[in-house]
Amino acid sequence: MSTVLILFCVLSAITLLTAFLTIFSRNPIHSAIYLVICFFSIAGHYLLLNAQFLAIVHIIVYSGAIMILLLFTIMLMNLNEADEVHKPRFTRLGAVVSFCLVCLVLIKIFIDSKPIVEYDYTGQDYQSIKVLGKALLNEYMVPFEFASILLLVAMIGTVLLSKKEKLEK
Amino acid sequence: MNNILTQIGIENYIFLCVTLFCVGIFGVLYRRNAIIVFMSIEIMLNAVNLLFVAFSTYHQDTQGQVFVFFSMAVAAAEVAVGLAILVSIFRNIGSISIDNLKNLKG
Repeated sequence: MSTVLILFCVLSAITLLTAFLTIFSRNPIHSAIYLVICFFSIAGHYLLLNAQFLAIVHIIVYSGAIMILLLFTIMLMNLNEADEVHKPRFTRLGAVVSFCLVCLVLIKIFIDSKPIVEYDYTGQDYQSIKVLGKALLNEYMVPFEFASILLLVAMIGTVLLSKKEKLEK
Repeated sequence: MNNILTQIGIENYIFLCVTLFCVGIFGVLYRRNAIIVFMSIEIMLNAVNLLFVAFSTYHQDTQGQVFVFFSMAVAAAEVAVGLAILVSIFRNIGSISIDNLKNLKG
């Protein structure tokens, strides 16, 4: 067992465990913190796959921006375990059963499928920041600009939605 | 070390991503708190992104990583708008339980 494989196993265990804990913890702030750990381990996976640009962007966008936004919202609403309502037991049982079934079916499919053996390696650079930047600004120029417009529209929409309406008196 | 996938194998990545995606589905079905449902959706998005990167490494192709970049942009926009909607719902109704939103149906 090589070092890389051990690293992969440890990272995967952390990812899956924290993802489960995110769902199961009763306190929303705890779930947010577990989700941060999950995102960091996914960034570790990206580094393992040698995708440095995506690892950096993932840490900045997910672990930084999105999680801060979630935590601020949770604190703004002042949620805690007290106002946590439980779903009916029937619904939860259904969720567990369907989760197990989906997992079983998908994993069985992948076990039975033909194993992939050939890994070609051409040696050319395909995932450094330089190459990605060239691809983004040459072939994907228009979608890149649309992404910026999307973010601008989302920002304006957020401000409009969360603006306090003036009292009509 | 030529290619990382010769040591790990793309099957392992597929297993990991499928399980992570199922955890996300499970969260959406299991929890009633709208914020946790949001987090589960983020987990599902991340599972798909990881699979994109794994296959991009497998095919030695840049395109997969470009698509991950765009999906991250969409996820960021989605979270911002969704949380604003949740905050305004919380202001009006006083809770973010999904069951209380049934008066949203037409």
